Amino acid sequence: MTTVGERVVAEQAVGDRLEQIWSESGGLRGWFTTVDHKKIGRRYMVTAGLFFVAAGLEAMLMRTQLAGAQLDVVSPQLYNQLFTMHGTTMIFLFSTPMLFGFGNYLVPLMIGARDMAFPRLNAFGYWVFASAGIIMTGSLLFGAAPSGGWFSYVPLTEEQYLTGVGMDVYCLGLLLLGVSTTAGAINFLVTVLVMRAPGMSINRIPLFVWGVIVTSGMVVFAVPALNVDNALLFLDRRFDFHWFDPEQGGDVLLWQHLFWLFGHPDVYIIVLPALGIVSAIVPTFSRRPVVAYPLVVLSAVTTGVIGFGVWVHHMFAVGLPQLSLSFFSAASLIITIPSGIQIFAWLMTILLGRLVVRTPMLWVLGFLIVFVMGGLTGVMFAVIPFDRQTHDSYFLVAHFHYVLFGGAVFPILAGIYYWFGKFTGRMLSERLGRWSFWLVFIGFNVTFLPMHVLGLLGMPRRVYTYQPGLGWAGWNLLETAGAWVLLVGLSVTLFNIVRARRSGPLAPDNPWGGETLEWATSSPPQDYNFPVVPTVYSLHPMWDERTLATMSRDIAEPDRVLDDGKQALRTSDLDGVPEHALTLPEETVVPLVLAVGLLLVTLGLLFSIVVVTVLGVLLTVGGLASWHWPRRAPAPADA
Amino acid sequence: MDRFPARSRAVVACLVTAVLLTACSGPQSALDPAGPSARRLSTLWWGLFAVAAVVFAVVLFMIVWALVLRRGPSVQPRRGGERTVVIAGILVPAVVLVATYAATLSTLSAERTPPQESELTIEAVGHDWWWEVRYPDFVTANEIHIPVGRPVTVRLTTADVIHSFWVPSITSKTDMIPGRVNELSLLADRAGTFRGQCAEYCGTQHAGMSFLVVAEPEQDFARWLADQSRPADSSAPDALAALGEEVFEASSCAACHTVRGTTADGDLGPDLTHFGGRRELGAGVAPNNPGWLAGWIANSQTVKPGNLMPPQPLAPEDLRVLVRYLESLE
Repeated sequence: MTTVGERVVAEQAVGDRLEQIWSESGGLRGWFTTVDHKKIGRRYMVTAGLFFVAAGLEAMLMRTQLAGAQLDVVSPQLYNQLFTMHGTTMIFLFSTPMLFGFGNYLVPLMIGARDMAFPRLNAFGYWVFASAGIIMTGSLLFGAAPSGGWFSYVPLTEEQYLTGVGMDVYCLGLLLLGVSTTAGAINFLVTVLVMRAPGMSINRIPLFVWGVIVTSGMVVFAVPALNVDNALLFLDRRFDFHWFDPEQGGDVLLWQHLFWLFGHPDVYIIVLPALGIVSAIVPTFSRRPVVAYPLVVLSAVTTGVIGFGVWVHHMFAVGLPQLSLSFFSAASLIITIPSGIQIFAWLMTILLGRLVVRTPMLWVLGFLIVFVMGGLTGVMFAVIPFDRQTHDSYFLVAHFHYVLFGGAVFPILAGIYYWFGKFTGRMLSERLGRWSFWLVFIGFNVTFLPMHVLGLLGMPRRVYTYQPGLGWAGWNLLETAGAWVLLVGLSVTLFNIVRARRSGPLAPDNPWGGETLEWATSSPPQDYNFPVVPTVYSLHPMWDERTLATMSRDIAEPDRVLDDGKQALRTSDLDGVPEHALTLPEETVVPLVLAVGLLLVTLGLLFSIVVVTVLGVLLTVGGLASWHWPRRAPAPADA
Repeated sequence: MDRFPARSRAVVACLVTAVLLTACSGPQSALDPAGPSARRLSTLWWGLFAVAAVVFAVVLFMIVWALVLRRGPSVQPRRGGERTVVIAGILVPAVVLVATYAATLSTLSAERTPPQESELTIEAVGHDWWWEVRYPDFVTANEIHIPVGRPVTVRLTTADVIHSFWVPSITSKTDMIPGRVNELSLLADRAGTFRGQCAEYCGTQHAGMSFLVVAEPEQDFARWLADQSRPADSSAPDALAALGEEVFEASSCAACHTVRGTTADGDLGPDLTHFGGRRELGAGVAPNNPGWLAGWIANSQTVKPGNLMPPQPLAPEDLRVLVRYLESLE
């Protein structure tokens, strides 16, 4: 079970030839020129992991400041920057990029492809993400971080109230990041539509891939709202526009509508791929296919649609007309049904299968408990009168940490334990994994469960300190203690990762007996992923002899081996019928040049240095020209 | 014999109740309601909590069941399960959610229909980082008095950024938004001092922006109204206070603060006409007593960093008489 014989046979037959075609230059040069989805995916994950550490340390500082009433660990100015950067980093620089990293690495492998549809765009997306992240996180080191909260409500964030470069860092940083996220999303959509292995019709797409598709679709429609918002705010701040100024005919609620039109879908943008990770792990450790696959797919898609109709539940206290409130309340209640379907599909899969509790599954069980709690308090926020009482209190802070830590961080940790062997070729320690799980699970709940109580006791969020005598101090101290346990628990996983990279046991092809195609590759996969593109006969190809057999059977089929250049197979969008070979681009430094160009434009605008902006524009235009320069060798005649 | 005799059970019950009550009480607690609105919301919360607890218990039970019963190599994976997903994931939630929506709409309409007409409308204006409170005949700050049992309408506006007006033990929050006027109704059914706090992040001192709502019997409230309507006493109670008044009018105090009945008519900071009667300083960051007040005037930045009142470099003697004067403004 653990070594895939068909893969070995195929590799012996055609591996050398493919390796010649697909290998990239190593060393420093390769670092800047790679377009390999696996390297880029790993980079996304490592970079996002660093941002997670940064945002986590920010949280620890905040928790220390709040351990008692009227402590003086950090100043209010610094505290406000800390919570702004904690939220902004966790949402924008950790969650989505981390899951895009998983997607980058796994989507081509799961659908039996050799790379993403647009490998250069993929590299470009990473470089832009890294640039935006460095600008935004770096600002904190200079005390110039934004301090308007992660949703930056105007007019507080206008030049008049928040002077200095901090808010401009936020506007421009997020605009830059939006370029990366949108590019990545389009790449996922096209890849899944046209590059699935033959036979992988739309009803055989793995659930993780479905999660990435729906998320990508949502990104394409949601991010423009955020981009517009930030562009308007930047115009207001730097060029004396009055988009949000009621005295000049603007409207402060315009910001909130646009922000949450992006912001609420963004919760699902984060959570859906993470739920996809859960859907990938549950069947493996239940030793049976997932229950109600079509319902789970439909619920992801439904979430993606209804997700755009609930944003006003962030605005129940601003004084909007009752009728629209009732509509958004109903939508916010309805959207819990798709999540409920997924929860019960997993529960029934576990119940009807044979549960094997290894570390990935342990994290998934933790996820189920935590995420369900977050969902239940989420329903409460759809109840308008209750929302108005607890909105912007610590009850809300508790709720969204149960949803986002539960719905994203637990699955991400599960995913790390599940795929680490595939990513690196070495296995993580199970023993350390169990220690880490229990510390994180207990630490998390001790940190965030009391926050529900604090919210009901009237503690608002985003306060750098509080008065004694309100009954808050004890709960806060408990939470801070929990946060330290959580920190230790996460550090154990970090240690586990560092240790396994050096001396972990070697990973076999399919260590857990997984059902999807990434387990048909070596660990880590070869540059070309699959020596022979497999033909898929079912939803769980690894549990299906016919699919595996095609890998060793087709070693002499040119349109499955595809060794006439850097080729991938184009298949039809619904049924996965093979159409013709596509030629993918070679490694190149152009995406990096283009990203540096955009970075310079951003820095130039940020510090109002015209020369830098012009240089950036020139570099960007030059990069684009070189990107689109016709390739010398004509592509082979398409069918 | 019963292992737990009745008396110790009663003691345990009392202890648990006491812990729960103290855990829920507090001047800013939503679970310690002092008015019909907060009481309705508190009931709503316990209802939602009960439903959530049942759902959570079901999920937890299924996980534990899987862990206990469905492990081991002898267990054979079974097919099916779709019907359960449809029932537990769609039909049951649909019923529960419809009931929740009904509760939402009925509470919402109860919130909207006041039990009686409000006879008094006041205005609360959010400032960075304090509350201006305008009664029909006078202006005060950071302390709202209301009569027990009579609703008071509060018109909510802001002088700068968005703030949110929240007195959890009386009613839920409503935002104060530039360019808009919102309203809420304050109705307490028992006397007491309740704490409110800004619930929309508004900048550096968002944490230092709270206020008190004092609900008092009708006669006390009428007396308070009458007292507040009068300008500050023209005859200072003693010579020190009289000196203090001179300092107040002559120094930069008067540029930002008003004391009705004197020449001080600044409008950037809180009105101080009856400052001596207020319970707290700096929108709830410290008690109002001579020691804190002297420290506040000398350098409020140490008490409330980032607030908009600059340090006042006064001679010690001037500071002493100024404090005496302000505390005399009852």
